[in-house]
Amino acid sequence: MLKARVIPCLDVKDGRVVKGVNFVDLVDAGDPVEAAKAYDAAGADELCFLDITASHENRDTIFDVVRRTAEACFMPLTVGGGVRKVEDIRKLLVAGADKVSINTAAVKNPGFIREAAEKFGAQCIVVSIDAKQVNAPGEPERFEIFTHGGREATGIDAVAFARSAVELGAGELLVTSMDRDGTRLGFNLALTRAIADAVPVPVIASGGVGTLDHLVEGVREGHATAVLAASIFHFGTHTIREAKTHMARAGIPMRLDA
Amino acid sequence: MLIAIIDYGSGNLRSAQKAFERAAHAHARKPQVRVTADPDVVARADKVVLPGVGAFADCRRGLAAVDGMSEALLEAVETKARPFFGICVGMQLMAARGLEFETTQGFGWIPGDVTAIMPDDPALKIPHMGWNTIRLTREHPLFAGIETGDDGLHAYFVHSYHLKAADPAHVVATADYGGPITAVVSRDNMVGTQFHPEKSQRLGLALIANFLDWAP
Repeated sequence: MLKARVIPCLDVKDGRVVKGVNFVDLVDAGDPVEAAKAYDAAGADELCFLDITASHENRDTIFDVVRRTAEACFMPLTVGGGVRKVEDIRKLLVAGADKVSINTAAVKNPGFIREAAEKFGAQCIVVSIDAKQVNAPGEPERFEIFTHGGREATGIDAVAFARSAVELGAGELLVTSMDRDGTRLGFNLALTRAIADAVPVPVIASGGVGTLDHLVEGVREGHATAVLAASIFHFGTHTIREAKTHMARAGIPMRLDA
Repeated sequence: MLIAIIDYGSGNLRSAQKAFERAAHAHARKPQVRVTADPDVVARADKVVLPGVGAFADCRRGLAAVDGMSEALLEAVETKARPFFGICVGMQLMAARGLEFETTQGFGWIPGDVTAIMPDDPALKIPHMGWNTIRLTREHPLFAGIETGDDGLHAYFVHSYHLKAADPAHVVATADYGGPITAVVSRDNMVGTQFHPEKSQRLGLALIANFLDWAP
């Protein structure tokens, strides 16, 4: 039976983990490769790097991080952030990424999704959707895509965009509720479910995880097949194993052999 | 012992290379692992690995585009009977035909077609993506010492098509995803896995170690 996935996500800037990772036994908590190895050993089902390097001259640092991670970890790795050209994808895949997530570029130019999927196969193209719930209370649910870290509204309906992204070749969607991101109040389950029910491809729920029950809700109520979280793992609030055991106890099929 | 991993421009070979190197390093005979686009290296390799991601026809074309590679591969595997390991689309290419986007001839080592997965539960997502257990349909040396079955180790899958073998004797293992999905095929000196051993942690590394020992 296919298992639900737990995916820790690391923000990487200039080749270093932002905010650090609070594991007791890390030699260098700021080294993404050290963190990746720890998550690999802890039984994470996949790993996600989000490159938030701003300066152009440091953009290449992520390739070295991916290369060193692929040498040390035998688990699937998704890399996103700043992916704008086919060449960016090629370089990340050659460095050792298994999947590449594209975000703003897909919103600006949906044809990029098709180009990427045709070139590398749908299985490695993740389209990342950052959305906020924009309807007033009592109105029908409506979700809008936001870009630039949730600062810029686009007027684009998130569910319609999700459908078209999949038609263009996205093999998976990473759905982040920007109104929940960082709040620890749990996923926006209405958003996750609206998109998961609208597309045939797997959906990763993201944004807002504060407790292990939130992970359970993401799968059970949000209909996601994978859940992504950052701070609850990085700050050592919970281990990957605790998360997976908790989800398994709630009746969700999990991989517990790692 | 020389293990050749064929490089024909099909995506990420780095993790396959690293996984085989790790298994080789732990192996008594310290086999040499080489990622190569050189047909001469494939021709003299003791074992051959064919990875592959993307679409069937693309991979077939990519392989054909490397001058002399298809010939070297067929000679190594068919004539010299060198042990062969196909991974993901590299495994699918062992089939007679691929039906993804267009009909494309495979190597024809495993009679059957590569067709779209059709789970009997419409709620199941395509691609079949993530960790699944596998069930052996018969004994195979590559699975010696590896726990399989519902409570066994997991393998990492990412695919929308699978190899429907005409002869069930060629299927070594299946995964359950709204019906049986072909996970492992084998015939004589050839074996192929739909999942990615290089991404499958314990199961994958053990499988690769067994391949290094395999003397069909």
